[in-house]
Amino acid sequence: MNNKILDIFRRESAVIPVVSIIIGLLLGAIIMLIGGYDPLLAYDSLVAKIFGSSYDFGEALRTIVPLVMCGLAVAIAFRAGLFNIGVDGQIIMGSLGALIVGTKLSLPPLLHALAAIIFGGILGGLWGALIGYIKAKRGINEVITSIMFNFIALYLSHYLIRNFMPQAGTQRSAMIQESASIQIGWLSQLMGGARIHWGFLITIIAVIFYHIYLNKTKWGYELRAVGFNPDAAQYAGMKVSGVIVRTMFISGVFGGLVGTFEVLGVFKYIAINSVTSGLGFDGIAVALLGGNTALGVLLSGMLIGALTYGSQGMSFGADVPGEIIRMVIGFIIFFVAAPGIVKLFFRPLTNKMKKKV
Amino acid sequence: MKKTIKTVLPLLLVFMLILSACGQKGNNQGGPGAGNAGAPGAGNQPALKKLKVGMVTDLGSVNDKSFNQSAWEALQQLEKDHGFNVKYLEPKTDADVVPSLNQFVKANYDLTWATAYTLADAITQLANENPNSMFGIVDSDLTLPNVAAVSFKEQEGSYLVGVIAGLTTKTNKIGFVGGMDIPVIKRFEVGFREGIKAVNPDAKLIVNYTGLFNRVDMGKSAASTIYNDGADIIFHAAGLTGNGVFNEAKERNSKGGKVWVIGVDKDQSLIFGDDVTLTSMVKKVDEAVYQISKSLAEGNFPAGQVTLMGLKENGVDIAPTSDKNVAADVLAKVEEYRQKIINGEIVVPQE
Amino acid sequence: MEGSSVTKADIALELKGITKRFPGVVANDSISFQLKRGEIHALLGENGAGKSTLMSIVFGLYQPDEGEIYVNGQKVLIDSPNKAIDLGIGMVHQHFKLVEPFTVTENIILGMEPKKGMKIDIRGASQQVKKLSEQYRLDVDPMGTIESISVGMQQRVEIIKTLYRGADILIFDEPTAVLTPQEVSELLDIMRRLVAEGKSIILITHKLKEIMEIADTCTIIRRGKVVESVEVAKTNPQELAEKMVGKAVNFKTEKEPAKPDGILLEVKDLVVEGGKGKNAVDGLSFSVRAGEIVGIAGVDGNGQTELIEAITGMRSIKSGEIIMQGKSITNQSPKAVSEGGISHIPQDRHKHGLVLDFTVSENIILQTYDHPQLNERGFINMKARDEMAARLVREFDVRTSGIDTKVRSMSGGNQQKVIIAREIDKNPQVLIAAQPTRGLDVGAIEFVHKQLISQRDQGKAVLLVSFELEEILNVADRILVLFGGQILGETTPESTNDQQLGLMMAGKREGEGAHE
Repeated sequence: MNNKILDIFRRESAVIPVVSIIIGLLLGAIIMLIGGYDPLLAYDSLVAKIFGSSYDFGEALRTIVPLVMCGLAVAIAFRAGLFNIGVDGQIIMGSLGALIVGTKLSLPPLLHALAAIIFGGILGGLWGALIGYIKAKRGINEVITSIMFNFIALYLSHYLIRNFMPQAGTQRSAMIQESASIQIGWLSQLMGGARIHWGFLITIIAVIFYHIYLNKTKWGYELRAVGFNPDAAQYAGMKVSGVIVRTMFISGVFGGLVGTFEVLGVFKYIAINSVTSGLGFDGIAVALLGGNTALGVLLSGMLIGALTYGSQGMSFGADVPGEIIRMVIGFIIFFVAAPGIVKLFFRPLTNKMKKKV
Repeated sequence: MKKTIKTVLPLLLVFMLILSACGQKGNNQGGPGAGNAGAPGAGNQPALKKLKVGMVTDLGSVNDKSFNQSAWEALQQLEKDHGFNVKYLEPKTDADVVPSLNQFVKANYDLTWATAYTLADAITQLANENPNSMFGIVDSDLTLPNVAAVSFKEQEGSYLVGVIAGLTTKTNKIGFVGGMDIPVIKRFEVGFREGIKAVNPDAKLIVNYTGLFNRVDMGKSAASTIYNDGADIIFHAAGLTGNGVFNEAKERNSKGGKVWVIGVDKDQSLIFGDDVTLTSMVKKVDEAVYQISKSLAEGNFPAGQVTLMGLKENGVDIAPTSDKNVAADVLAKVEEYRQKIINGEIVVPQE
Repeated sequence: MEGSSVTKADIALELKGITKRFPGVVANDSISFQLKRGEIHALLGENGAGKSTLMSIVFGLYQPDEGEIYVNGQKVLIDSPNKAIDLGIGMVHQHFKLVEPFTVTENIILGMEPKKGMKIDIRGASQQVKKLSEQYRLDVDPMGTIESISVGMQQRVEIIKTLYRGADILIFDEPTAVLTPQEVSELLDIMRRLVAEGKSIILITHKLKEIMEIADTCTIIRRGKVVESVEVAKTNPQELAEKMVGKAVNFKTEKEPAKPDGILLEVKDLVVEGGKGKNAVDGLSFSVRAGEIVGIAGVDGNGQTELIEAITGMRSIKSGEIIMQGKSITNQSPKAVSEGGISHIPQDRHKHGLVLDFTVSENIILQTYDHPQLNERGFINMKARDEMAARLVREFDVRTSGIDTKVRSMSGGNQQKVIIAREIDKNPQVLIAAQPTRGLDVGAIEFVHKQLISQRDQGKAVLLVSFELEEILNVADRILVLFGGQILGETTPESTNDQQLGLMMAGKREGEGAHE
């Protein structure tokens, strides 16, 4: 078992992200030095912010959860050869679904939350499936439709909130009923009030589901075949359009669940914003860094989430602007996306390794 | 296709990340301190405790040329005047707001400011959870035992710019662009309407609520509609959306038209220029933050109350640069009405 | 040229004990050979034998794990293509490395542009290109753009590119694979002129005919090892083929006379639309019986692709009917057609036959993954899958380092074996094979043909579509000539020959001479 884990890190697919992360952090440090900040203090405050208190640790987890889910949403589409940049829209649909059930229905506590999650997830899934359907049946590129669907979802949510679920005098919706909340009260209290919610558990289940679905089931097999070579998949008798719709549905469910978590576990309402959350775009970075595998997405989501959350500690503890961390994340993605550069760094190293074989 | 995505996408991502990093801002030291260069140092007021005061911005940056910046300038002034220890955090997402506030609470700051009413829910939560910490919130009417809320009598300032508009208009048509039909913004509209009515009962007010505070394009199209209807002055209370109003006015003026915009919150002629900015209805957030923070050190912190800042309290005003475009007799008229409001002769309604 | 009289100065390039290992394979196992100055030295071997790896080492793309390289008697280290070029080694790649919208001259000077101050001296360069072109009678227009010239011309540009860089040793990697017969003979002439001017040539190929025609010496490589270096004049194609494959090879495929039985597949008045509103298949009728191989001969683009796609359900039919064992399968889904007993070896194995990034075992189950033996309530039974793959790899002699090897890394012949194994293991009633031996070497071709015949002998109906006359004549029992989407004639291998067949394929009916 131990060996297996080590093997994962020996693979080139893992080496490049790890080296990229190190280079990214180093470059971040150099920029801080140039800017007159203390990089050691900065990274120290960053780490302290994440692990410093149970509250911060809990909040860091809260930051990580949607990133991992969005990473999965983007990754599963990627694996089928689809580029879902509509995760933002699917998040909105999911949060709308959760909000509708959470405000309009009266159900016993556990059931209410469950119903809200399921309804939100399905709404997000259908939103994604619709993009897939248009692609499969009409051949319209999913990149274009998913961007447009983001806006449609956004304005649809504004309309519905303003007209059916408004909170008077504010720019947000009414609160969900307490019975629909998925916050884990006792754990939250244990962690100094950090907004820990059941979405955390669902995320872990989603990661496992992703791995099994993709690698063990016939649907995952179809998905990968279509992703690698849709022509061959079609020649083999697979229904490519069905696979596309199904995949976009699952991708949408992942996105939709993020929306339900935010509404039921974090905010308890939806604020009327003029832009989408952007989480879906972060998901692209997570999927890319994680190589579209379950474990990779989990790890990269954890990394990006932790860095994002920790950046607040950096600006508080070392007066370093949080944007530096955005740059570090940018560097990491850059090096992962352009692995040739990383390979250049340790070419001598790999040559040595090969000689030993 | 797939290949293109594979190569273009990462570049795009990197580009976006870098842009977002650059765009938001790069310097934590803040802009130059606000005026009062020769202000006496901390040594002159030995009685005042050196407080630790933090502030959390709404989703904008601290250099937003609006409330965030005003509040931060006030805190910097406090640092200069009284040796306060001040710091700010800029949450990047809605979800970051609570942890940011919490950062100050857990670091035992004496006072934590929230610079916008959008943070009211978060302040409520934290104030309840931490009854021994003190909070301040701008533009809100929260009443909690450990929160000092500041609210402005926007209707009074709007009344004054209404007077200016009513006396300056040549077409007898005046516009108002609001960000959202909520009580705060309604106060602007009502005050403005009353001001116009007082000096020019024949003038017609055209009102348009865009529904959002940060959509420049919507502001522009709203302004376009109103100017097309014949208005020559628009007062906006729409945040970023209002920038679109300025853009539209600039475009029209560059094509030989002559229309005006009345700015809001800060002196917007400093950003958009005197050629379109007739005047601005200024909310003195810096004044409020400065006074209330100082009052905590002095032991008379207005916790549990909503401090209402009107003309009398020097909380709202017209921009100091108004004399550039507003005729002297009009300004004299404004002073007249100002006194009437301050001494209670005129009570401007809120709705 | 007697081997014993060779002195050191006559050796342009010498390899000693070159070994190159890849994970799971020894691509080159202690390979040694000598290239004499002014000779054409053929490197013969099956796909995957290690020829390309060896030449990549000579050209500096790979580093050998062991062994030495000598150029003009001097031991050298070639660690990059630039170093190879410096040493006077040039390579004409199988897939050209040209920038399509650039002119010939621009492509040739790419990477080593002659400067005149700050400017590129295009005029001087194009004069030099012209000179080289005339010297070797290459007939290349220096100012033409690559996209506007023929494939054969593009290859000549690649040749000039190496000459421009001062190459004395030219490596040609499968140069005739992309050429028409006319272009092939022109290329061989060019190669003769090159050696006449003192250049030395290594020719990588698996085409025996070319070796016999042009090469002086032939080194045969099998499974990474040198079998022998022989003088071409003292050998014959049969011998070369046997040394390459490692066993006796039959050029004439041996088969019993067909014993046709009932009709299994019948096509009636089939009309299929191609692009641009034309009918690609225009009223076709034919049938294939159990126990016979029907060959469809024809030049590419006469409706073959559309016909096959119509039968396999990939393309909808405008009119007509397709009947399988008495039941209509017109316009059924590919899945239904496949499950109904039609197997299909597609023409383009990379695009349609395989998922190159899947492993061997994943490719084996490409159609049967949802059959009960592989599928337990939605989960794929990995054990059953791997057992099936291992069995087929064994039965069909697929050379691979394991069933978990990605198909992309395998040779064309072995890739095709994976497809054939998969399609035959489905135990179909009708087997459709489209260009099943395209790009394969002698050994693999023989294997494919044997499989087709054995299917026939088991009472299956086989429909073979091929552009190669030789293949049709060798394998088919009955021949239909396809032209313009219609069947122009029917014949048998016994009653026709390639001239006759060639004329029919060009659209001329027997004795008629008129154009359709």
